[in-house]
Amino acid sequence: MSLAAILVTAIFTQNFILSKFLGICPFLGVSKKLNTATGMSLAVIFVMVLSTAVTYPINLLLKANDMEYLQTIVFILVIAALVQLVEIVLKKYIPSLYNSLGIYLPLITTNCAVLGVVLLNIDNGYNFIQSMFNSLGAGLGFLLAMVMFAGVRERLESCKVPKFLEGLPITLVAASLVSLSFLGFAGLVEGIFG
Amino acid sequence: MAEKKSLFKEFSKGLVTENPVLRLVLGTCPTLAVTTSVESALGMGLAASIVLICSNIVISALRKIIPSKVRIPAYIVIIASFVTIVQMLVKAFLPQIDEQLGVYLPLIVVNCIILGRAEAFAGKNRVLASAVDGVGMGVGFTAALLLMSIVREALGAGSIMGISFPAGFTPMTIFILPPGGFFVFGILMACANKLAESRGKPKAELKGCEGCPMAMSCSIIDEMEDA
Repeated sequence: MSLAAILVTAIFTQNFILSKFLGICPFLGVSKKLNTATGMSLAVIFVMVLSTAVTYPINLLLKANDMEYLQTIVFILVIAALVQLVEIVLKKYIPSLYNSLGIYLPLITTNCAVLGVVLLNIDNGYNFIQSMFNSLGAGLGFLLAMVMFAGVRERLESCKVPKFLEGLPITLVAASLVSLSFLGFAGLVEGIFG
Repeated sequence: MAEKKSLFKEFSKGLVTENPVLRLVLGTCPTLAVTTSVESALGMGLAASIVLICSNIVISALRKIIPSKVRIPAYIVIIASFVTIVQMLVKAFLPQIDEQLGVYLPLIVVNCIILGRAEAFAGKNRVLASAVDGVGMGVGFTAALLLMSIVREALGAGSIMGISFPAGFTPMTIFILPPGGFFVFGILMACANKLAESRGKPKAELKGCEGCPMAMSCSIIDEMEDA
């Protein structure tokens, strides 16, 4: 697959939240306001790309030593340590960025979207550049879904909702409709890239 | 006698009053992702339950040895080890289930139900109580997955456990596609809320994650949103 096709697939047709169901907790929990949704997504993009860059060589090392079964345990620890490290470095050297993204970082450690993208890159047999593009696309798709859904939820606040569906249920039904709109992208990649 | 009664309580709370999916709203990702067929829902429920029970037992046994400052990384290592074991067993004996669950099988490691129970229960209670708590929560999780997958497979594929309904029923494919997952979960959640309300219990909310180790940072964000 070409790099552009990987990017478009990851953003639209195989959107991480809306078609792969990875990262539902922040999608439902942090999407009440547009600015927090954007901040969280930017932090996710950053961590996804960074952890892909770090885990790719580690996976090669594991493969060379026939220890692929250690993938899960090694990756989760590496990602957790990486996020901690990034938090410390940002706090010390780039306080402005830390103030806007820092609070989201601990939330991301055990976010299934990050571990998911790392594992999917390996499952799909992508090389380094392809993995980086897939992670970037997955992150951008995350941002797109979060921002769209934050908009929907801000409208939902002022709507009259049936009492039966108030609260979490109506949020899930709204998510279903947003996800339905993404089904429209099916076949997009085949159409453009042949 | 009192001991026995409280053990039964630990077990039964995971089934109904503190059902991890429908009441505590934990583990939403696998709930939505693997419920397209009853078979894969059952596979995921069992795999997660085994990991949950084993990690609860080990964490509870080690609760006096693990320093509280590094407890979260320690819990993650214990959980990840059991996930790896389950992954190997499923790959070896149930390759079909492994194919259906795909990347969601290793992702049990970040399932907030397991880390949440470790933090909220196993890290503070005795081994037997923790094991029973794990069984209860595991059965509750599996039951919720089963309920959802039965609705989705029946409406979306016109079959249950792969056995098709008699001719004349046209399946609505949308129910096994992603939008159907969100929709069925929303409606089930509404029913669970209604049931809870009729018994004078509060509605399920995403904030019900006091067991989640990440709850601290969540509440910071909530405060920010309110400001």
